[in-house]
Amino acid sequence: MCRRLHLYCLALVLLLPAPLWALEFNMPVGVTDTSQSIFNLHMTIFYICLAIAVVVFGVMLWSIYHHRKSRGHEAAQFHGNILVEVIWTTIPFLILVAIAIPSTITLGDLYDASESDIDIQVTGHQWKWHYKYIGEDVDFFSVLATPREEIENRKKKNPNYLLEVDNPVVVPVHKKIRFLFTSNDVIHAWWVPDLAIKKDAIPGFINESWTRINEPGLYRGQCAELCGKHHAFMPIEVKAVSESEYEAWLADQKAAQKAAMAAADKDWSMDELVKTGAGVYEKNCAACHQADGSGMPPTFPPLDGSSIVQGDKLEHMKVVVNGRVDKGMPAFGKQLTAVDIAAAITYERNSWSNKTGDMVTPAEVQDLMDKQ
Amino acid sequence: MAHHSAYYVPPQSHWPIIGAVGLFLTLGGAAALIYSLQQESDSLLAQIMLNSGALILAGMMIGWFAAVIAESRQGLYSPQLDRSFRYGMSWFIFSEVMFFFAFFGVLFYIRMFAVPWLDGEGDKGLASMLWPQFEATWPLLEAPNPDQFPPIREVINPWHIPLINTVLLVGSSFTLLAAHKALKREDRGKLKGWLSLTILLGLTFLGLQIYEYIHAYTELDLTLKSGIYGATFFMLTGFHGAHVTIGSIILLVLLFRVFQGHFTPESHFGFEAGSWYWHFVDVVWIFLFTTVYLL
Amino acid sequence: MSAHAETLHHGPAKGFSRWILTTNHKDIGTLYLVFSLIMLFIGGTMAFVIRAELFQPGLQLVMPEFFNQMTTMHGLIMIFGAVMPAFVGLANWQVPLMIGAPDMALPRLNNFSFWILPFAFTMLLSTLFMPGGAPNFGWTFYAPLSTTYAPPSVTFFVFAVHMMGISSILGAINVIVTIFNMRAPGMKMMDLPLFVWTWLITAFLLIAVMPVLAAVVTMVLMDVHFGTSFFSAAGGGDPVLFQHVFWFFAHPEVYIMVLPAFGVISEIIPTFARKPLFGYRAMVLATASIAFLSFIVWAHHMFTVGMPLAGELFFMYTTMLIAVPTGVKVFNWISTMFKGSMTFETPMLFAIAFIVLFTIGGLSGLMLAIAPADFQYHDTYFVVAHFHYVLVPGSVFGIIAGVYYWLPKWTGKMYDEKLGQWHFWLSFIGVNLTFFPMHFVGLAGMPRRIPDYALQFADFNMLTSLGAFLFGTTQLLFVYILVKTVRSGKPAEQLPWEGARGLEWSVPTPAPYHTFTTPPELDKE
Ligand code: HEA
Ligand code: HEA
Ligand code: HEC
Ligand code: CUA
Ligand SMILES: [Cu+2]
Repeated sequence: MCRRLHLYCLALVLLLPAPLWALEFNMPVGVTDTSQSIFNLHMTIFYICLAIAVVVFGVMLWSIYHHRKSRGHEAAQFHGNILVEVIWTTIPFLILVAIAIPSTITLGDLYDASESDIDIQVTGHQWKWHYKYIGEDVDFFSVLATPREEIENRKKKNPNYLLEVDNPVVVPVHKKIRFLFTSNDVIHAWWVPDLAIKKDAIPGFINESWTRINEPGLYRGQCAELCGKHHAFMPIEVKAVSESEYEAWLADQKAAQKAAMAAADKDWSMDELVKTGAGVYEKNCAACHQADGSGMPPTFPPLDGSSIVQGDKLEHMKVVVNGRVDKGMPAFGKQLTAVDIAAAITYERNSWSNKTGDMVTPAEVQDLMDKQ
Repeated sequence: MAHHSAYYVPPQSHWPIIGAVGLFLTLGGAAALIYSLQQESDSLLAQIMLNSGALILAGMMIGWFAAVIAESRQGLYSPQLDRSFRYGMSWFIFSEVMFFFAFFGVLFYIRMFAVPWLDGEGDKGLASMLWPQFEATWPLLEAPNPDQFPPIREVINPWHIPLINTVLLVGSSFTLLAAHKALKREDRGKLKGWLSLTILLGLTFLGLQIYEYIHAYTELDLTLKSGIYGATFFMLTGFHGAHVTIGSIILLVLLFRVFQGHFTPESHFGFEAGSWYWHFVDVVWIFLFTTVYLL
Repeated sequence: MSAHAETLHHGPAKGFSRWILTTNHKDIGTLYLVFSLIMLFIGGTMAFVIRAELFQPGLQLVMPEFFNQMTTMHGLIMIFGAVMPAFVGLANWQVPLMIGAPDMALPRLNNFSFWILPFAFTMLLSTLFMPGGAPNFGWTFYAPLSTTYAPPSVTFFVFAVHMMGISSILGAINVIVTIFNMRAPGMKMMDLPLFVWTWLITAFLLIAVMPVLAAVVTMVLMDVHFGTSFFSAAGGGDPVLFQHVFWFFAHPEVYIMVLPAFGVISEIIPTFARKPLFGYRAMVLATASIAFLSFIVWAHHMFTVGMPLAGELFFMYTTMLIAVPTGVKVFNWISTMFKGSMTFETPMLFAIAFIVLFTIGGLSGLMLAIAPADFQYHDTYFVVAHFHYVLVPGSVFGIIAGVYYWLPKWTGKMYDEKLGQWHFWLSFIGVNLTFFPMHFVGLAGMPRRIPDYALQFADFNMLTSLGAFLFGTTQLLFVYILVKTVRSGKPAEQLPWEGARGLEWSVPTPAPYHTFTTPPELDKE
């Protein structure tokens, strides 16, 4: 009786997963030819594995049921058979060959990044992505847009929780787009399931990958390589649009970047700088130095009460512009505009217990950056 | 197997736990020392840990080996146990081989793949976009980012000290063989002579290597910090040098024991184990001389 | 010699010093097993923290930086603290008993190998209390996250790993020498029980790859403190070089964690099927092939680092090949069961579950081996599902099965069969509830090593967490069963299992403190 119960339990547990499949929790089919061939490959191997499992477990359960002592089955005493051994070595091998052939073809295809229409350099930073359209003079950062209140459970989470950014990377459909991946600090991995691209962004090296998107839409992904504290918080959004929309977007971007350049020459007031600076700080600095400037010693020093922040302006500017790359402080001169840096510094020098009353102007920062 | 005359199972022993504590203090102290230097905090405790740990370890070695030697000289051991020691030592040397194998693998990868890629050759040559100034050469005098890893002025000429060192070390393997032969012939005078000469050769090797390091640091700007050439160079030669040091200590102990009248032509496993180790270190050097200095 | 006679015939020393100073393989085996159980609970508690944080989306319990420390320490402790020492413990108890040896070949070294471990883990665990926290770069400690960007405690991590490495190497040398040199007269290599064979090959793997781990942590240390540039392109090095060296160690490492379990299963299945093991020679050969292949597949963990195409293909093919010898093992176990006369005591139940669930894990491993598909699987929960299937109902079930199987011989007492059955079924359900849903969230796009996730993964994560709590608390029952057996179990018979064969069953129950002080006579069938 007890034995019977065991069998039922076993059957129940083994069948449990079946309805779960119905929920279509599976790899996305995706929107590119390669993503589809990867999906097909995935399903093929899956079914082969399923078949193997059914046969293997079938034989096993059958013997468990029939060859029990409680059923009075006497044990046979054979312990080898060359023929079956050869068979069950050969058949799996042939199955593997059968899987290897389509896999090799797909892989070869994935590796052919030649003859692209658009080249985009993607640089991972702790913890945001930078996109640069090569030959187009357009580049920008893309940062998580989910508000902290949602992450800290103080507000209801929106449907795209953790998968939304401020500036999506925009690309046209039906064009061969080549991505060049690299990193500014640690290894990240750029992953968009619908495009079936996952490639490591490695500091000091460049990896390439390509895609040709068939359908317009918004495709979301995430960083897929542990890159420190906020690894969970550096998503990706790829917006695929028609060719003409893409051209229009590109033109807009160029105009906006010109405007930003011009802003550096304008006269800024202290209040304006502090106000802009608060936003820049929240977006770029708070991840390490915390919103209240308390940092996370010993790795990330507090800025509240820091001798550098309260001391010489030039030193402060140098730290932010050049960073201390070997210690984990990024060089923001390469990431932010002079306006943003000046604003962040001014903000830091006049926040929390830092009451220097100093103002650092974009022109001063620009000066420093030009000199180097 | 004829001799299954009751394998010797030693009674309770306090040396292992002393060794474990010593190891913990040594490595923990080393970690704490490096840590406190980096944090610029007080390192007194760390130094105490490290030093006392090293002392305990040394004491453990002496005590443990003394116990083994005493047991052996009491005739407690059987040929089977002797085989256990031999197998044990061989597998230990195999683990050392694998340790060096990893570093040689690193050198190989760096030279075959990483450095050429950074200069735009091969499958991952795109990397050169990031290092437009960089030129791949070996020995690599100037790293991709020379500001962070200052350039090397000149590398060591293999035909000077390294060649002398090769001769010394290879020679020392032969003198050690001669010592072994003498031991087997029960010629203790020759044994002492050859063994002392071996140690002398080993120590001269070490002296020259220290001189070479000083030369590299002060005159050639070849340092650990000068990019991957310096890193692999010092890692390989440094670990090799550490092994020569250990080997020399082992040989010194053997010499001491020879003077104590230990070892017989039939039973001298301690001697053999030490000489295996020495030959192993020698073989590593030959690989090192060809791949690090010559090629 | 008086010292001689004394050692061979006295029983265990009394009190605390027995355990600290012992040279007895049974004592040391017990030490290893108890240590590993403690580590299982420490690592399991960290898994509890992980699962509690992942119970719901959003950050509730712990901060991301602490979450990363938990993930890292969980992986390190489970692998180096729980699974590996448990197998060394089984080897210590069983290898001498199964080959008719009086003890391990180098008994004092054996004690040393063990006692390094508690110190190593004290050092590792102490990093949790250091400023900047414990290592947070994953158990794989990829550079430069573990070098330039590491917390200061990385230094202690490096030295702790060195200590574990020394312990493993010395322990493995002991096992190898014992097997080669201490077999009862007349016992040839092809007479060795499979558990001994698998351990022999495991020991070889350990001696071959632990030094490589030592080398790679040393290079990490050098990059952190001494200005070298092994893993920094700016100095002519390469972060990917780290991964090559690491995985050259770590892939054989995963077989180190499963081959001895194969051995245990190969002992248990014939016993409870009352039928000799099918295909002994093939089993030995398959184990050796797995070990050989394990040296040339390492980069299947690195399909997305942008290896040249030829490398990608090479590692894909070799990895797939491992399915063949592993399949041979599975088929042989099933053929052993086929036409047997089976009963289903607790060890057998765990062994059967091992075969089923390990195969599931192996098949998902095969899916991972397909490089283009791995572009989608890599670093998602699909991988987490794969390796927990091979590690938890694989390695850990193998250990548990072995403990139930040999416990009567060790303690002289019988465990409570009814509680054993409860333990099995709760574990079986718990383990599947925990790790099966991970396949789905992984395929649907959930990356690993994240403390917070998008909303569509919420339901399955809750299920997983519930399963984890069930599975974890069930292991408290295991401890209860063990304690109860030792305290008040019914006396076990000399041969507690009807179908059991082998030298270990020829000694009295409980196994006396010293066994086979004179080598046994082998009766040749
Ligand atoms: C005990 C530990 C263990 C074992 C035994 C295995 C076994 C296997 N593993 Fe696994 N693996 C891990 C532990 C283990 N693994 C761990 C810990 C990681 C993650 C590390 C990290 O990143 O943290 C990992 C990750 C991992 C990856 C990297 C995934 C990624 O990060 O993207 C891959 C890829 O190829 C892989 C493949 C395999 C294969 C092919 C096997 C094979 O050996 C399986 C062979 C078995 C079978 C195939 C089933 C039985 C066979 C049959 C019934 C015969 C018929 C079958 C066929 C013909 C198909 N494993
Ligand atoms: C043999 C190895 C082994 C074992 C046994 C386990 C066991 C478990 N693992 Fe582990 N795991 C790894 C090896 C292992 N794991 C590795 C290598 C990684 C990768 C790490 C990395 O990414 O770097 C990993 C990562 C990992 C993750 C992914 C983390 C991430 O990516 O962020 C998760 C998430 O669910 C997880 C869960 C579990 C659970 C629930 C168990 C359960 O089986 C645990 C069961 C619990 C117990 C057996 C003990 C029970 C304890 C108690 C009953 C104590 C009660 C006390 C209190 C309630 C305070 N593991
Ligand atoms: C990825 C993490 C990170 C981010 C993001 C970051 N910092 Fe830092 N910062 C650091 C680290 C680490 C240090 C310590 C460097 C050292 O040890 O010398 C540091 C140091 C500093 C210092 C010197 C403080 C002192 O007392 O030594 C200043 C000023 C500073 N950062 C400003 C900023 C500003 C402004 C921003 C945003 C524009 C920013 N940081 C963003 C990690 C970061
Ligand atoms: Cu960037 Cu993870
Ligand atoms: Cu692997």
